[in-house]
Amino acid sequence: MSIDLTRASADEMARALAAGETTSVELTRAALDAIAAVDGLVHAYLHVDAEGALAQAAESDARRAAGTPASALDGVPVAVKDVLATTGLPTTCGSKILEGWLPPYDATVVTRLKAAGLPILGKTNMDEFAMGSSTEHSAYGPTHNPWDLERIPGGSGGGSAAAVASFQAPLALGTDTGGSIRQPGAVTGTVGVKPTYGGVSRYGLVAMANSLDQVGPVTRTVLDAALLHEIIGGHDPLDSTSVDQPLPPLVEAARQGAAGDLSGLKVGVVTELSGEGYQPGVLARFNESVELLVQAGAEVVEVSCPNFVHALATYYLVMPCEASSNLAKFDAMRYGLRVLPEGVESPSAEEVMRATRDAGFGDEVKRRIILGTYALSSGYYDAYYGTAQRVRTLISRDFEAAFEKVDVLVSPTSPTTAFKLGEKLDDPLAMYLNDLATIPANLAGVPGISVPSGLADEDGLPTGFQVLAPALADDRLYRVGAALEAALEKQWGGPLLDKAPTLEGAAR
Amino acid sequence: MPEITRDEVAHLANLARIDLSDDELDHLAPQLSVILESVASISEVAGADVPPTSHPLPLTNVFREDVVRPGLSAEEALAGAPASEEQRFMVPRILGDEQ
Repeated sequence: MSIDLTRASADEMARALAAGETTSVELTRAALDAIAAVDGLVHAYLHVDAEGALAQAAESDARRAAGTPASALDGVPVAVKDVLATTGLPTTCGSKILEGWLPPYDATVVTRLKAAGLPILGKTNMDEFAMGSSTEHSAYGPTHNPWDLERIPGGSGGGSAAAVASFQAPLALGTDTGGSIRQPGAVTGTVGVKPTYGGVSRYGLVAMANSLDQVGPVTRTVLDAALLHEIIGGHDPLDSTSVDQPLPPLVEAARQGAAGDLSGLKVGVVTELSGEGYQPGVLARFNESVELLVQAGAEVVEVSCPNFVHALATYYLVMPCEASSNLAKFDAMRYGLRVLPEGVESPSAEEVMRATRDAGFGDEVKRRIILGTYALSSGYYDAYYGTAQRVRTLISRDFEAAFEKVDVLVSPTSPTTAFKLGEKLDDPLAMYLNDLATIPANLAGVPGISVPSGLADEDGLPTGFQVLAPALADDRLYRVGAALEAALEKQWGGPLLDKAPTLEGAAR
Repeated sequence: MPEITRDEVAHLANLARIDLSDDELDHLAPQLSVILESVASISEVAGADVPPTSHPLPLTNVFREDVVRPGLSAEEALAGAPASEEQRFMVPRILGDEQ
């Protein structure tokens, strides 16, 4: 059996490597060729490290030849979101303020990728400092959705999702603060997982909102996500919020789920994450997917989480407060951009800081910094941040009550399919609504996955199905996700991405 | 919750150390008001008896053994600095003329 060097799943690539049917250099070169062919259209990457990736691939092939592969995925190339520090590779967070910054250290997840032998293809595009749902807030220009180049690929991790959707990488890393892995997954027809808070190290992740951020896998199949999750996950002493206990068996759960039997599983459909504001085609594909879970033996009930309707407002207080504090470190003194104010003879450090932050930050970042500064300022702290923290408790309690009745909760991942580039760019509230269904998980720290659920009738664009599980029960995401994926692919006759248009210039 | 005025945005930008132009102030102030209005809905949701959540999972302080381990060299730490001299970050003047 010979595999397609770019369209095969990471698992298929790993098996072909183990069987000696291909080499890491071949796979890595194929990915680099795909990038050269289509990324001019998609703009998924901010930086491509061909030389470094091929050198790592050659080392991987040497390990395979010696019979000492470093991991199951040794030799399978991967792309990394540009918010994760990579030694010697530019790390910009999609911002002008970090243009050309070369980190002197690796994020722990990057260290683990390297230790597992995965060649790093490059850094993927994102909304500036992960603030956005469309990648249009990248200072380096938007990423385009491979299904329709006029449309957004989701955000903030649109680059990672578009890279795997357009076969420019079999695997990628993303980060998810309010939906930045799952929503891009939904609108590009790919798989995205936000692990349990603390389940994957954040050392070397440039933080937006510390109590919400999480690193996770971006892939084309549920099994691939489990394989990547097991490599990057687990305790890290360098991250004080890292959970000090082993991951549940994720790959095993994905394989078990793919067998298709969900008997004994109780699934809750969240009443509040449906209905008004959700596109009919998104709801139609969602309802069909729920029906497939029933056919696989799951028991499905409706569960109300009454405080979820407050999640968006809570998030847009908590997140800007944390973001404005985090971004205070960009002071033009130790790293990044330094801009001198115009017409000032001998500017002070503070004047330089002001001029630099004005020149280096984009609109959305400024909006959130000002909003956070306001909500944290004297006299308003209790009314805003304090209030939001108390509502956050109510949202967590809703999850606790729901998970006493059911094993997993489900909803559409994103209320709509991919919208047109530019459509919501200067309407922050309309943009924020994209994360309606994904935000509750971040507020409560529970894990979530988005799995492709089909194409909406109105526009023929991908829709996503979200599964949420209790904290530390990430294995349930993989069991249910893999079961749904298997059932849907049986109906479709193959992966959803087979229906995506072939991009001009893309060799197949 | 109160509306946010253009003057307030200018004051907040000052606190946040961002030089906003007049155009930016005109543009941002109404957008921030709309956002604040939309988040105001949660002000009455949680009673005073509900404890706040600062982190989704309980955190405990983390300590490590007090032993030397490798860190960044001075060169590495300074590698990204806009300006450096004699193994130090070089910064613009930090005091005003009157100080």
